[in-house]
Amino acid sequence: MSQNSSQPMLDRSDERVRHDDSLAAMAKGFIDRVRSGDLGMLPVAVGLVVISFVFSALNPIFLAPNNLVNLLFDCATVGVISLGIVCVLVLGEIDLSVGSMSGLASAMVGVLWVNQGWPIAGAILAALVVGAGVGLLYATLYNRLGMPSFVATLAGLLALLGLQLYILGPTGSINLPYASALVRFGQILIMPDWLSYTLALVPGLVMIGRGLRTRTQRLAANLSAQPMRALILKAAVLTVALEAAVFYLNLGRGIPWMFALFVGLAIILNYALTRTKWGRSMFAVGGNKEAARRSGINVRRIYMSAFMLCSTLAALGGILSASRLASSSQQAGTGDVNLNAIAAAVIGGTSLFGGRGSAYSALLGIIVIQAISNGLTLLNLSSSLRYMITGGVLAIAVIVDSLARRSRVSHGRA
Amino acid sequence: MTATHSLPAKGQSVIRLSGVSKNFGAVSALTDIELDVKAGEVVALVGDNGAGKSTLVKVLAGVHQPSSGTIEFCGQQVSLDTPAKALDMGIATVFQDLALCENLDVVANLFLGHEMSPWALDEVAMEVRAWTLLRELAARIPSVREPIASLSGGQRQTVAIARSLLLNPKLIMLDEPTAALGVAQTAEVLNLIERVRDRGLGVIIISHNMEDVRAVADRIVVLRLGKNNGIFTPESSNQDLISAITGATDNSVSRRADRKAGEAQDHHGGAA
Repeated sequence: MSQNSSQPMLDRSDERVRHDDSLAAMAKGFIDRVRSGDLGMLPVAVGLVVISFVFSALNPIFLAPNNLVNLLFDCATVGVISLGIVCVLVLGEIDLSVGSMSGLASAMVGVLWVNQGWPIAGAILAALVVGAGVGLLYATLYNRLGMPSFVATLAGLLALLGLQLYILGPTGSINLPYASALVRFGQILIMPDWLSYTLALVPGLVMIGRGLRTRTQRLAANLSAQPMRALILKAAVLTVALEAAVFYLNLGRGIPWMFALFVGLAIILNYALTRTKWGRSMFAVGGNKEAARRSGINVRRIYMSAFMLCSTLAALGGILSASRLASSSQQAGTGDVNLNAIAAAVIGGTSLFGGRGSAYSALLGIIVIQAISNGLTLLNLSSSLRYMITGGVLAIAVIVDSLARRSRVSHGRA
Repeated sequence: MTATHSLPAKGQSVIRLSGVSKNFGAVSALTDIELDVKAGEVVALVGDNGAGKSTLVKVLAGVHQPSSGTIEFCGQQVSLDTPAKALDMGIATVFQDLALCENLDVVANLFLGHEMSPWALDEVAMEVRAWTLLRELAARIPSVREPIASLSGGQRQTVAIARSLLLNPKLIMLDEPTAALGVAQTAEVLNLIERVRDRGLGVIIISHNMEDVRAVADRIVVLRLGKNNGIFTPESSNQDLISAITGATDNSVSRRADRKAGEAQDHHGGAA
């Protein structure tokens, strides 16, 4: 660090900026960010603590390991849909038809695989292709005809539901074979203990590995770098938390493979959104469409990719829910699936107004949503009450988002 | 970025417009515009509000397509269909509204659409390049990792100018580059324009500030109601310029000047 004294680092030459280097200063920086409306993951953390206290007080089974394992199974289906919602929300658009799309995909798998005798892989592929096609249609309506996504997907909500009912025919429900790999995946396949413990180490190790590389590069380029202490502390806290969670879940059945698939998809989407040109363009279009266009970004193609990704992930979510329920029915994808997927993304910190969000918001948000739904089910509440409570939670999430946005604007962090 | 043409020699045309018109429905914003910008030359576009300056810039930036007329870039006839195409050819623009994404940080805005290593963004290299570029402009940006929303108007202007230089353009267009700037930064921008010119680039600058225009421009092209209305040199008298801009020797500026002169004389006469 001898160069520090002679020549200031490139990003440290302006004395007006406070640099949070020590741990105490970092904590202060975090509090400042929250005050200015940059809430990050805070609502999720608070939400989970409140939910755990309330429901475990009402019914101790709520925090039992096996109930949490079931919770993770349920998270995966709607969570995958929510990942797609994050993509359209980042652009400031919406897809209201994800529930119907997932229902249609689940019906297609049932009809093509069980009734028509297609190979399972073919049926799944067909459902995903139809999902991509629906997304392409929305993107075309938006790009060429200027149809607001709100209206186009609202029309899609009805049309896709109609198609789902049509292909299911008069019986209305198809049972999937219990012994099949698809149903086993959705109901019983659990990761071996040793593998789950090993995988829980990976995020911490990657964090340290990447942190060290970035640190070396930044110091070599005469830029300031994150202090080692903070890096190791963060990685240690993350690893301990993950290992503890894995240990607790392994007291029950363990980590479902289906949840692992969901987490894997979230990690891939997070990488794409934060570390690729595509992701940067997504946030640019969501922040200022005209500026993005003038920078040479193909805005239409960005919209197309987001709508297609959203519908395809919705179809995948539908397939997962078929495997979870071991059936394709008229009820698949109806009810609160749509709103749960959107609420999960918003609760996790993705803004409805575009330009802000993260793949992990779907991951954390869906855990909150499913925890509420699971807790209410354990209390044996009727679905009328469950709908009202879930609706209230969604409203609160959106209010928090709006207030945080207003605060960000006034603090110059929009 | 692949350069399709090398930089033309000094004195040769970078861009030449002939008969360019642009209609918005029944309104003709530009009519038969002729414009020629040579390498190593600063051309100022002046004109009253609504004279078509910004429309002309947007046509050259690929934002609007001309209704008729031809555009030659480095001696070849081109059609500027999209902003991306204009950028790739080497036409960089600083728009009046700056066109920055407020939710992204300074580095992301500078490299928007032209990020280094698209599949694994090289943030360190981009940040170093950003600091170097901003330092060349003597810019006072506190941190390149803050969102644009937290910057002042002048700082945003600097970021927009820095962005236009990033891709080593052959022609750079600045729409009101000094409007939001303080005294020192205005001087820096004017210095910068001269440095860019000396590197052999063509520069088009739009400004309402005649002082700035005279300071850097080699030629002053006047637009009035979407048409060419004369070409002047910085040595031309203020009166000639203003009458070309307003379209009459008897205009509000000259009337005001006459009135002030009259008042001063009366005052003088009264005191005597």
